Amino acid sequence: MSGFGTLVARDLALVLRRPGDVTVVLAFFIVATTLFPLGIGPEANLLARIAAGILWCAALFAAMLSLERLFAADYEDGALDLLLLSPWPLELAALGKCAAHWIVTGLPLAVLAPVLGVAFGLEGRSLLALAATLLVGTPTLSLVGGLAASLTLGARKSGALLALLALPLCVPTLIFGTGAIETIATGQGFGVHIAILAALALLALATLPWAIAAALRQAGE
Amino acid sequence: MASPALEVTGLACRRGGRPVFAGLSFALESGGLLALTGRNGSGKTTLLRALALLVPAEAGAIHWQGEDVRSDADRWRGQIAWLGHLDGLKGDFTVRENIDVANRLRGVAGDTDAALAAFDLAPLASRPVRTLSAGQRRRTALARVAAAQAPFWLLDEPLNALDAPSQKMLLAALEAHLASGGLAVAATHATIKVRGATTLELAA
Repeated sequence: MSGFGTLVARDLALVLRRPGDVTVVLAFFIVATTLFPLGIGPEANLLARIAAGILWCAALFAAMLSLERLFAADYEDGALDLLLLSPWPLELAALGKCAAHWIVTGLPLAVLAPVLGVAFGLEGRSLLALAATLLVGTPTLSLVGGLAASLTLGARKSGALLALLALPLCVPTLIFGTGAIETIATGQGFGVHIAILAALALLALATLPWAIAAALRQAGE
Repeated sequence: MASPALEVTGLACRRGGRPVFAGLSFALESGGLLALTGRNGSGKTTLLRALALLVPAEAGAIHWQGEDVRSDADRWRGQIAWLGHLDGLKGDFTVRENIDVANRLRGVAGDTDAALAAFDLAPLASRPVRTLSAGQRRRTALARVAAAQAPFWLLDEPLNALDAPSQKMLLAALEAHLASGGLAVAATHATIKVRGATTLELAA
């Protein structure tokens, strides 16, 4: 088994030992999205129109919330040195950490979002589009957030700094994610949006592991 | 004449713009232990990190079996078993899981059982590390080093938090490692009494 597989398995096992960390993130997602109907009022048309934006933004914030500990835990207990000293490429380790993060955050968010979408009055193809865009879009969030998490290692108030770094970089993903659901309202397909989201994810996949590895080496000095 | 297993020539490091040490040279043969001594802040940890290529050296070279380690850094990392001043253990994993995961990350089978026995950790093997004392954690980290079966040990204050019987276990493990042709560099305040030990004092 490569360093990648080992690290994904290790991080998933650690999450299973402490499921609270993930539950909190998903609970935040649910609570944050249900606050909007309460604040805006029960106007069904309005809610259905803004549902995609709210769910996508809440998913973005929920992902940020969970990213702070992505590398910080390894940094604080010395395990980062062991990663830096493993004979596998550090880029694979960085990718493994982000993959594990996506499995425990991005994937559940994509599953949970359509359920909450029903409460906003979204229907049929819109719900499908919501799940599909989150499924294809959240890997980008994990990778971009992973870069921000590795750059802010050792910084004070790293959580706020992380969000400040990562959120602007997530804007294209957010635009095409919510755009897909709007096109359905006008009776068009959302294939193009999925393709662009996939392109963004592939671009992140092809570049960010190297950037994260460089930031981790810097943090190890 | 064959070159020594580890040869360091003219090594210089800088931390935060301040030179920590410069022109540092030493050689270590198979079966040799180098004890790094010196005041706090004299650069013992920096030297260990520079040897592991975690900190870039400003000048100088490190040769392993006659080859510059920077020419094949991944191979060099595969030779090293590392004990930092942090234990590098996951509190939610058991003692045995911590050692197994570290071995898998290094891509070696490792000998977990022998390492557990050497540090008297067998009775604690299935306890989560977060429930252990500082000394027990240190022993777990040392067992991780021993289980890695790497020829070159880098140890930062290995005697920290260890009681007298545990220190004896460490010395026995070190002696076994050196006797099998291994090398070790250890930063320490206490003297490590093993055969083949040399001392390098870093000036503050």
